[in-house]
Amino acid sequence: MKVLVAVKRVIDYAVPVRVRPDKAGVEALLPKLSMNPFCEIALEEAVRLKEKGVASEVVAVSVGPQHFQDTLRTALAMGADRAVHVPLAADTFAAAGAGGAAGAGGPPAASESPLQPLGVARVLAALAGREGAGLVLLGKQAIDDDCNQTGQMLAGLLGWPQATFASRLELDKGAAAARVTREVDGGLEVLSLPLPAVITADLRLNTPRFVTLPAMMRAKKRPIESAPLEGLGLAPHDVAPALAVIGVEEPPTRAAGTRVGSVEELVRRLREEARVL
Amino acid sequence: MIPALFTVGLRWSAHSLVRSSATQARQASTLLYVEHSGDGTVAPATLSAAEAAKHLPGQLEALVCGSGDAVKRAAEAAARLPGVSKVWLASDSALTHPLAETHAKLLSSLATKQKPSHVLAASTAQGRNVLPRAAALLATQPVTDVVRIVDDNTFVRPIYAGNAFATVQFKSPPAVRVVTVRPTAFPVDPTAAAAAGAPGGSGSPAPVEPVPPELLAPLSSVPAAKWESADVRSTGRPELGSAKVVVCGGRALKSAENFAMLEQLADLLGGAVGASRAAVDAGYVANDLQVGQTGKVVAPDLYIGVGISGAIQHLAGMKDSRTIVAINNDGEAPIFSVADYGLEADLFKAVPELIEAVKKVKQ
Repeated sequence: MKVLVAVKRVIDYAVPVRVRPDKAGVEALLPKLSMNPFCEIALEEAVRLKEKGVASEVVAVSVGPQHFQDTLRTALAMGADRAVHVPLAADTFAAAGAGGAAGAGGPPAASESPLQPLGVARVLAALAGREGAGLVLLGKQAIDDDCNQTGQMLAGLLGWPQATFASRLELDKGAAAARVTREVDGGLEVLSLPLPAVITADLRLNTPRFVTLPAMMRAKKRPIESAPLEGLGLAPHDVAPALAVIGVEEPPTRAAGTRVGSVEELVRRLREEARVL
Repeated sequence: MIPALFTVGLRWSAHSLVRSSATQARQASTLLYVEHSGDGTVAPATLSAAEAAKHLPGQLEALVCGSGDAVKRAAEAAARLPGVSKVWLASDSALTHPLAETHAKLLSSLATKQKPSHVLAASTAQGRNVLPRAAALLATQPVTDVVRIVDDNTFVRPIYAGNAFATVQFKSPPAVRVVTVRPTAFPVDPTAAAAAGAPGGSGSPAPVEPVPPELLAPLSSVPAAKWESADVRSTGRPELGSAKVVVCGGRALKSAENFAMLEQLADLLGGAVGASRAAVDAGYVANDLQVGQTGKVVAPDLYIGVGISGAIQHLAGMKDSRTIVAINNDGEAPIFSVADYGLEADLFKAVPELIEAVKKVKQ
């Protein structure tokens, strides 16, 4: 069974971000980009399935600008067999954006978010079909847009069962069904899914392996397939963002707090000032 | 609450008014996806979503999916939600458990039939599982975890773990907008919450109508996951997402046993216990108690962080709390930058003292 894993390139989780002075978006305080942590977990799970002999091939895919290829190299170094990049050039967005904005007539878009989940899900659906994938693994959310949508939308477009927020995944030997433990509000839930299916990884599914330097060097020499939209039967308007970001604001800052010297003082202030006790 | 955001929206309000009137001409209405427990009560998060619906134009109709007695009682409770003018009752064995495949299918087919301008739900584990799938079936880009509704086409949502708030707007208004809202951003008036779901509550309930049978018929052939089991804890404490007091512990608690201290404090205050990711990963408490970007978002009246350093991913889940208390032996810990009251102390000394002091106050 072939496993498709979607990976996204994001500002590294440890790098602080701040709102840009022109309020058009955010900027990272350090120029460090990494694979989205939840995508790492999804990829790790796929590689483990291959090591167990349940998966025959692991294909890492990414949809986005040219620099997303760096993340696909990391995926190859972690153990993916192949990497497929669906390039979306800046001018693709410009053209698509102009079409999408027709008639909006509102304030100028402060920033174009080049990737929105519906467009990515459409690309992944086309790729899953082309590759004949039996399972698509994604992270539960990307830590930049915090959307938590792509996996669910992909499953909907394909008409496949879905298991989101997976913390445990077991496949039977024949790879006909998957048993998934999900993290839900209040506890855990166990589902069994007929394959093909879409599964999104939660934090506790596994701990991703470190990429070794020799593996990274080998990955640098391996080819990354480019799969343009047209080849997948998609047009630029299929991936055009439907939402314009018309402004980005700083979160409200809290008034400076005070240090208290003792538990006694803390309780007194909570009663008399904050009135919460 | 996020008062500063109100000033954000005003800048675009003139434009917004024009757009609102244009789209209202297309019979604005909202279809609310109701989350309910097995015993027939509506989830508190859905009450917040109903509150959020007040910011959208047109009538509010609710969809309750399930089977058997539970779904009937949930529908009756939903009929008493403030603002709800009609309840669609979908009772079918394929809907017994909240599986995304069948629930999203029904939600999208009812939306196609009724043509609401908005489909709305709370951004809970269930809402986040079902709504994006329904949006894909409706070929529309959803907007999730909304903290403010500027107008029917414009929404504010947190990005980058709450380090920024983006105002997003549909470039050309779609036929239907699929939206999930962050429950803590739309607090419910407690008296309204008490009335909702209580027989003989305020006013007369909205009519309950079964969904047309032709919408239920295709559900049995939807390729879907099979629900096997659930392990849902019952602690008797208030639900983390809606508790008035939250006591959170971090890795510095050192063991699962030491969390008993925090449970004792939480019980004295009538609150819930939460944890940082580090404490969950260390196995001190269950996963569903995690507060943060990838766990629960809480905004209680009183948050007490014990032995929590305050990584941005954790702060994303609690910094809208009304009063924040931090107890940590590291005076440089980032949590002190958001704390209203910071106590630099050894938690193993301070927490028992705090328990005794609270006992005295409560007597």
